[in-house]
Amino acid sequence: MLIRFFLMLRAAGVPVSITEFLALLEALQARLIAPEKGTLPFSDEEKGSVPFSGVEEFYWLARAVLVKDERHFDRFDQVFAAHFRGIERAFEALMAEIPADWMRKSLELSLSDEDKARIAAMGGWDVLMETLRQRLAEQQGRHQGGNKWIGTGGTSPFGAHGYNPEGVRIGQEGSRNRRAVKVWERREFANLDDSIGLGTRNVKLALRRLRRFARQGAAEQLDLDGTIDSTARRAGLLDIRMIPERHNAVKVLLFLDVGGSMDDHVRICEELFSAARSEFKHLEYFYFHNFVYESVWKDNRRRHAERTRTSEVMRTYGHDYKLVIVGDATMSPYEIVQPGGSIEHWNEEAGAAWMRRLLANYPHHVWLNPEPRDRWEWTASVKITRELFEERMYPLTLAGLDQAMRSLL
Amino acid sequence: MKKPTSRFAGSDSYVATGELTLAVNAAVTLSRPLLVKGEPGTGKTQLAQEVARALDRPLFEWHIKSTSKAQQGLYEYDAVSRLRDSQLGDPKVQDIANYIVPGMLWRAFESNEQAVLLIDEIDKADIEFPNDLLRELDRMEFYVYETQRLVQARHRPIVFITSNNEKELPDAFLRRCFFHYIRFPDLATMEQIVDVHFPGLKKELLAEALTAFYRIRDVPGLKKKPSTSELLDWLKLLLAEDISPEALRSDDPKVSIPPLYGALLKNEQDVHLFEQLVFLNRRAGRPG
Repeated sequence: MLIRFFLMLRAAGVPVSITEFLALLEALQARLIAPEKGTLPFSDEEKGSVPFSGVEEFYWLARAVLVKDERHFDRFDQVFAAHFRGIERAFEALMAEIPADWMRKSLELSLSDEDKARIAAMGGWDVLMETLRQRLAEQQGRHQGGNKWIGTGGTSPFGAHGYNPEGVRIGQEGSRNRRAVKVWERREFANLDDSIGLGTRNVKLALRRLRRFARQGAAEQLDLDGTIDSTARRAGLLDIRMIPERHNAVKVLLFLDVGGSMDDHVRICEELFSAARSEFKHLEYFYFHNFVYESVWKDNRRRHAERTRTSEVMRTYGHDYKLVIVGDATMSPYEIVQPGGSIEHWNEEAGAAWMRRLLANYPHHVWLNPEPRDRWEWTASVKITRELFEERMYPLTLAGLDQAMRSLL
Repeated sequence: MKKPTSRFAGSDSYVATGELTLAVNAAVTLSRPLLVKGEPGTGKTQLAQEVARALDRPLFEWHIKSTSKAQQGLYEYDAVSRLRDSQLGDPKVQDIANYIVPGMLWRAFESNEQAVLLIDEIDKADIEFPNDLLRELDRMEFYVYETQRLVQARHRPIVFITSNNEKELPDAFLRRCFFHYIRFPDLATMEQIVDVHFPGLKKELLAEALTAFYRIRDVPGLKKKPSTSELLDWLKLLLAEDISPEALRSDDPKVSIPPLYGALLKNEQDVHLFEQLVFLNRRAGRPG
């Protein structure tokens, strides 16, 4: 059963490895969670403020062990809900089976060698799990047959600590945790999920390609730390060390498309941007909407008040800057080719004219497009932009970034 | 045989939610490092200190800076003192072991009882930093090349690692840790937390302060939302200034900016935004 859960997690894109799955089994073996409150080998007081049991405890434990990033919590919650819906009650009984058996014989130890031997004697974990799965199937059948879960008194094998069909716990004192809606069904981490596949780390690694260490000025300089270190290592014989002077000479001019059709991509753009900022000594960034016209802006909140003229940008930053434009290039073709085509203001000159000037001014240029490449063919404006850029448009994926950085150098 | 004190259940100065206790106990029992993330000011660093105190274990804190190297946690070779000693003709200079300075990890390994090791703000360091600690955290041992000696942990320390998400951590590293994300506490938990820190606080003041606090947190577009530690600071100020609960009540338009809000909002843009919102509300609320 747990193996299927594990596979479902992987299928849902939660990066779980076998090591972590084994760690979860280890944690279950160590009886970190109990079937019911108060059945752990230590008292409730020691257990402290752990107010839940059964499935819910298992949920917290599994999440701590299997999921390593809060972005994946939401996906985990969904899989958990899908997998354990309807079988919760059975699951609780199942959880009750294992430790009860263990506790009879080895109450005082968390897990002795005997225990391990016993599990091995039962045929190892897989067989154990298989037995449990069979048992689980039985349980499900029984519930579907008769709906008499509440009030069966002493005859029920599940005790009082179960869920009624509405998911409300009965037979226990009031809960702090509003159990009627289960934790994993609340999906509180939905806004932390990002399926963009391109994390800051990836972007960073790709952007490192942009770092070109150039020697400027003196070819070598005294490596003070190295000299002290190596002199000391030789117990006082002076040993001078020199290192080539290196610093990052790559200058980048970053144009980011905001608003309108780009709203979906703003986040990934910002990620790229935040990664880029720490990577270059000279990085200037500007925002634009849909296409570059006679002015751009630096502060999104004051975009209408404080604009910088594009011609001024070109005057200020020299030809050695590398131009990176991030945008989906999805708009009406008129916005590129026609004077007055901009949707926000009256532009005297067509966007294409401004873009040609920019490209002429910055011979090293790329366009990064967050839309998947297969969608490019369908949009006329993307086609026009690609022609303007002489096909130097790349998707915003790790591979695309790689190619883009290569073509910039 | 497990000591009864090997379980953490919060302490009298730290409110731990059930899921946090479970994660801590899972990490302690299976001796895996616990990676703790969460909003700034939700008590990530404090967790390790409290666990050490609750379980009565020595605590070793290793605070990471952007210049930190993994090696510094293991040991450093103090070449400069050796150079000085050599020029003074100190006989100590013959033995290189005199100049090996153990780092936090080493000291935690050498501890006579199981120690708690805190690696604070691991995301501040270079992107390869966590990768350099894989073997050390996994096997709890490392090799000192200068003295040809293998250092092994006497007792596997309980390791806490905090991160503020400034950098992504590598998968190989994550696989070895357990993970807990400290959520921002809800109202009930927050009342407990405040109660732990200010036992004598008047009920009305607390209720008003918490309302005002959550109201500020709900203001959209704040650059830095106030967190638990800021709330506690603010309450301390309110107590020191002896502010009445009435002054915190928001329906009085004249004082609808909470007093001493500088403790809650740490950014002049946020303060500005907040004042503007209050101003707008006031205008909207004016009759006629």
